[in-house]
Amino acid sequence: MDFDDDILIAGGGLNGITMALALASVGFRVALVDPQPPKLRKAQGFDGRSYALAISSMRVLQTLGVWDALNDVQPILQIKVTDGRAGEGTSPLMLAFDHAEIEEGPMGYMVEDRHLRPALLDAAKESSITQLDDRVTRHVADATGVTISLASGETRRARLLIGCDGRNSAIAERSGVKRIGWDYGQTAFVTAITHEKPNDGIAHQFFMPSGPLAILPLTDNRASIVWTETSDRAEAIHNMTDEGYLIELRPRFGSFLGDIDLAGDRFTYPLTLSIAQNFVADRAALVGDAAHVVHPIAGQGLNAGLKDVAALAQILIDAKRRGEDIGRSDVLQRYERWRRFDTTALAAATDTFNRLFSNDNPLLRGIRDIGLGLTNAVPGLRRRLIREAAGLTGDLPRLSQGKSL
Amino acid sequence: MAQASTIDQGEIDKFQAMAAEWWDPNGKFKPLHMLNPCRLDYVTSQIAAEFARDLTATSPFEGLRILDIGCGGGLLAEPMARLGAHVVGADAAERNIPVAQIHAEEQGLDIDYRHTTAEAIAASGETFDVILNMEVVEHVADPMAFLKACHDLLEPGGLMTCSTINRNPKSFAMAIVGAEYVMRWLPKGTHEWSKFITPDELCEFLAKAGLDPVDRTGFVFNPLGWSWSLSDRDLSVNYVTTSIRR
Repeated sequence: MDFDDDILIAGGGLNGITMALALASVGFRVALVDPQPPKLRKAQGFDGRSYALAISSMRVLQTLGVWDALNDVQPILQIKVTDGRAGEGTSPLMLAFDHAEIEEGPMGYMVEDRHLRPALLDAAKESSITQLDDRVTRHVADATGVTISLASGETRRARLLIGCDGRNSAIAERSGVKRIGWDYGQTAFVTAITHEKPNDGIAHQFFMPSGPLAILPLTDNRASIVWTETSDRAEAIHNMTDEGYLIELRPRFGSFLGDIDLAGDRFTYPLTLSIAQNFVADRAALVGDAAHVVHPIAGQGLNAGLKDVAALAQILIDAKRRGEDIGRSDVLQRYERWRRFDTTALAAATDTFNRLFSNDNPLLRGIRDIGLGLTNAVPGLRRRLIREAAGLTGDLPRLSQGKSL
Repeated sequence: MAQASTIDQGEIDKFQAMAAEWWDPNGKFKPLHMLNPCRLDYVTSQIAAEFARDLTATSPFEGLRILDIGCGGGLLAEPMARLGAHVVGADAAERNIPVAQIHAEEQGLDIDYRHTTAEAIAASGETFDVILNMEVVEHVADPMAFLKACHDLLEPGGLMTCSTINRNPKSFAMAIVGAEYVMRWLPKGTHEWSKFITPDELCEFLAKAGLDPVDRTGFVFNPLGWSWSLSDRDLSVNYVTTSIRR
């Protein structure tokens, strides 16, 4: 039977488009299916969402020719981690990482959704990718490929189906992939603010008893904040007026950036951990949130997704150049082996970190202050943590190293 | 598929089941599937280098005639056909031929599978640009006569990759005790240690057959990563050579 596409991707979010770009760049025939037309996805204005991209993620985008088209990119020059309690200020012990300690330049970059999404969509438009405003409703795998039914009634045949369809991945569900996970009992509020004093490219992470508060520098005296609270308080905060929200936020924030004001929409995300027990199934692979949703404590969600993209693209093109059938289970297993270990380690680390810090137990507070102080005092350990945060450790895919596929 | 169509449905079902077995990455031929990416990396890069082909192009092996000796279920023949080569797969075991044919047809690949031997094809005067002679030489009765036939099968300037197992205490431990008895990867009696050949012996045989050995590389199993990789230095168990017909 003839194939319409080598690979069909379900889900045109950031991971889905990047996946499609990476695969099309090496000659795969790719279809990208999303119910929302690209025009609509592109038209969204500034809504406050932004991403802390690790160097490894920046390199993926750079290699695919998307990076240089981005505006308002703010380099993260320093990360300051502080243990604190609302209204009490921060404890004297503070962990500070500076980009001067690694050779690669800034530790990461803040990029706004309103710039990243259109840049990816523009690149997709210029590429050979077939974009379909449609939804995958069914897929059936067989010995040579997968037959995919779309909501419009169209049927397409591909060698492989990639699910970039988010935490409630229908591709995963229909493939019989089970998930493990739990609710953190915490809710994250995400928004953008303006502030009086310059942020100097410094990212702050305050560990409060109710959960971490991250202040991530944007350009033009703006910052993106990720404010985590216990879920029992979340509904009240969610329902507050903007003024009430700011009154609640200001004491947590302190005065180091001067007065603050809201600059974007407010988003509320209940925090859950959800990892697919398998990242692959018959003629199907899962990427990004479809494979793993981790705590956003270190901003690693999109970074992990882009690493999935880089790893899967590499495995598929290597298989194609060897003459292998790209959708065969042994090829897909290589992707799962590569990414599952990393992802599980990341989930465990962020979870432990969060449990240790989201706590007002004086003993734990003492222990983590000693830990922060010790980490500060040991240069080798500090450098390792910086490189980890910048996404420069582990078995990096070629795209994440800035090398072409 | 002329051959397959003359046999009855019961036979076809049986061969389909055998094809599924050959091609199950976790089945009976798991060790071959695990080694296969590594073998393919080696073979494709050697062919690309010798015939100046770009592996990033579509159908990089277009126009090359490749003979896969001891093709089994077609684990090497199918990838070569996907890369655009004209492939003849030969196996001395008759039952492998319909099995390989059924699988290739299912995959939409056109491969000329034949129940024959290298010596018989050589006698007919047919020649090839490339011979894949992988994990065969340790199983033949007269390696020298076999390699001479391979020489005759190559066009002048043609290339042969030949892999086998080294003969030393480590290869005995790994390939026979490990693979056949401990891991049960291979049926007991698959290999006879005395038939294993050292890289120096193999290169001497190849030279005597009129072939210029141009490369030798090890296939090394890494038990931590549970995968195979290529090595310039470690040829102590599984290894592969490339030689060119003068």
